[in-house]
Amino acid sequence: MTAPVSERDAVRRLLQRVGLGPRPGELDAAAAQGFDATLARLTSSTVPDPGVAVSPAPPSATPGLTRGDRQLSPEQRRATRQQEKDRVEQLSLWWLDRMAAVEAPYPERLVFFWHGHFATSVKKVKSAALMLTQNETFRRLGGGDFRDLARALVVDPAMLVWLDGGGNRRGKPNENLSRELMELFMLGVGHYGEADVREGARALTGWRVDRATDSAAFVPQAHDGGPQTVLGSTGSFDAPGLVELLAAQPASPQFLAGRVWRRFVSDTPPEPATLNSLVAGYGPGRDITGLLRAAVGAPAFRDPGSVLVRQPMEWLVGALRALRLRPSAMPATAQQAVRTGLVALGQVPFAPPDVGGWPSGSGWLTTTASLARLRIAQALASAGDIGAVAEASPGARADAAAALLGLPAWTDRTRAALTPLARQPAQLVALALASPENTVSA
Amino acid sequence: MDALTRRRFLLLTGAGAVAAAGAGVGWSTLARRAQTDPLPPGAGVLVVLTLYGGNDGLNTVVPAGDPAYQRARPELAYAEHELLPLADGLGLNPGMTGLKKRWDDGTLAIVRGVSYPKPDHSHFRSMAIWQTASPDTAVPTGWLGRWLDANGADPLLAVSLEPVLPPMLAGATTAGAALPVGGLKLPDGPLGSAFATLGGTVTDEPGPQAAAARAIADLHREASTLGPALNDEGSKKRGDGGALAAQLDVVANCVEMGVPTRVYSVSIGGFDTHADERGTQQQLLTEVDTAMTGFLDRMARSDRGHNVVLLAYSEFGRRVAANANQGTDHGTAGPVFVAGSAVRGGFLGEQPSLTDLDNGDLKPTTDFRDVYATMLAGVLGADPERVLGAGRHTLPILAA
Repeated sequence: MTAPVSERDAVRRLLQRVGLGPRPGELDAAAAQGFDATLARLTSSTVPDPGVAVSPAPPSATPGLTRGDRQLSPEQRRATRQQEKDRVEQLSLWWLDRMAAVEAPYPERLVFFWHGHFATSVKKVKSAALMLTQNETFRRLGGGDFRDLARALVVDPAMLVWLDGGGNRRGKPNENLSRELMELFMLGVGHYGEADVREGARALTGWRVDRATDSAAFVPQAHDGGPQTVLGSTGSFDAPGLVELLAAQPASPQFLAGRVWRRFVSDTPPEPATLNSLVAGYGPGRDITGLLRAAVGAPAFRDPGSVLVRQPMEWLVGALRALRLRPSAMPATAQQAVRTGLVALGQVPFAPPDVGGWPSGSGWLTTTASLARLRIAQALASAGDIGAVAEASPGARADAAAALLGLPAWTDRTRAALTPLARQPAQLVALALASPENTVSA
Repeated sequence: MDALTRRRFLLLTGAGAVAAAGAGVGWSTLARRAQTDPLPPGAGVLVVLTLYGGNDGLNTVVPAGDPAYQRARPELAYAEHELLPLADGLGLNPGMTGLKKRWDDGTLAIVRGVSYPKPDHSHFRSMAIWQTASPDTAVPTGWLGRWLDANGADPLLAVSLEPVLPPMLAGATTAGAALPVGGLKLPDGPLGSAFATLGGTVTDEPGPQAAAARAIADLHREASTLGPALNDEGSKKRGDGGALAAQLDVVANCVEMGVPTRVYSVSIGGFDTHADERGTQQQLLTEVDTAMTGFLDRMARSDRGHNVVLLAYSEFGRRVAANANQGTDHGTAGPVFVAGSAVRGGFLGEQPSLTDLDNGDLKPTTDFRDVYATMLAGVLGADPERVLGAGRHTLPILAA
């Protein structure tokens, strides 16, 4: 194996991947503490986060605001649709704001991870309130026992709308949720059969979404009481019982470990022994944080080759934190640049492309994405706090920009690109944000 | 529900990560090749259209006269009089008026009951099987990637109009190229030239970081030549015919320019219709129909265009019976469309029975690899055995 990266570089990876990117000065402080202390600090629950208090969820996404009134005229219907779109915009802006504001980023990092794992899109759910409910569930349960999280998600109202679970009833099963629960959420392809999908769908029958209260309820008459036979076990399964059964399959811990690995460590799959250490960290308690600590504690986390491409939202939130920006406080033009930029980059909050979530790896490195990054970067650099760069002497500004973003030294290529902009610090910071060095977590 | 898109597929196969890493190609490169090394007259061009999500074949080529069809999906079924009549009691979805004209003028072939032995119901596995042409074992190469490997390892021979390269174009040694369809207005002044400098190569840079720099370099190459012309056209098209029409428009430009590419990949998603299927699917099929017929019309007007064959497929059809939500769950066999001036119109393959089912699913009658073999031999002039292995049959889809 090649020599591992330095302690400082490993700490940078932690701040970028387990956190949401360092704020100015944070990398120096964390490197002084060391890797283990930084990991412990990041993943331990702390006192109430002041960043949460200053970024309350938007009242417009409060459940129960939209009444399912069927007597609307076409104009009223159009107005209602537009109103819901505006609410979703506010919700997206709020979540970005929350991610930028928090002092302790780990819970938000988990929300982002689970949003990609249990990928649900507002394009079909069409309700800011339901998306917020799901988002809060990720926040509440995202770092604990995976079974609690999965039990909540399988009857989450947004999920029920998204995968047609709300219409899955006795005698008329809809397989969509059952299949994705097995394939994408808990087991992975190859660890279940078609009969298991069909029987699992029967176990999940009986849940209804009430749009007037934005909640889900169990309707016993619509539930198929079984018996069902799933993965060799026969019984009268319901939604929690099915989750329990799937979580107990040997394939489930390995599947989750693989998902965590790809997002936090490397695109190269782990060695069997490493995978076992992740499964051990997950343990009988199905401890998500234990799994994650084992993943970033593995030697491969420090392999120079374990470089990840930053997803667009990771890149954006990292920039917001480095520039001390809160989207809610940005000028409208900058807010708009962020909105359209995320569309161009292909990662809009609450709107993953499909139930498989967003891609990882070099799929994000397209020609058009490079341009979209620069456009967002220009808006952020003119709105944000770039004092640390502007106050440096022109000759020191390229290095000051690297320090501001928590990056290692520039390559000769990027230094050559930044140097002619030394007298335009905002442009220099914009270019630094769009640089290849800042596009990946190296 | 929203599409099973290429992205999910790429995410799960991991094939995209390998293939996308060097895959960007600029318009300038293509334009230069059109000058120095144009597509020879008479050379066949294959355009592969992927319908992501599992298109419901029974509501595309519809057996409306079969009582079993009406019984299985009463709320989803089309009545005979709503359809565009084909033959054998089958009718085309009412959204596909353009392709109905192609059928009538004999340039649309429909292969029925297409799948493979023991069909898989996972989007990801079934799409991987269609794109790799390997139903039994997972292989890292796509069928057209293997054709690239066997044809001089030139990535420009196969071009994807999707943002990321589909696995079907990934070979063992060669991957096809990806050409984006989109707007490109670069900054000018000092920032503009600094941005161009960011695309430079340096040694000892991690792979993904180098790939990020390469994307910046490709962006500038693209924008410097044909970028502006491409943008205007692309954005106009997205306004009416949709994103698929924009992709096919770029393909048409390339063919007319004489770009020596022999294979193009285009796609559209959204076919995973577990609920409220009828309106959604008809809208999508209308978009496909508009895009395909616009492209076919344009190709019919030039000599080079006469050699272009368009193949449209999806990873599976859907269950015969509707589910409780006026939708359908994942199924098996479905129709494959082949269109172009060189195509001999009509049906191929048997229509699967609606009463002799396999656990609620259609029994396939045609192996998709035979369709591929026909395209390899008839359009690309290649030996199907090198790509697909022994034992394949070609079908009489193409005019002699």
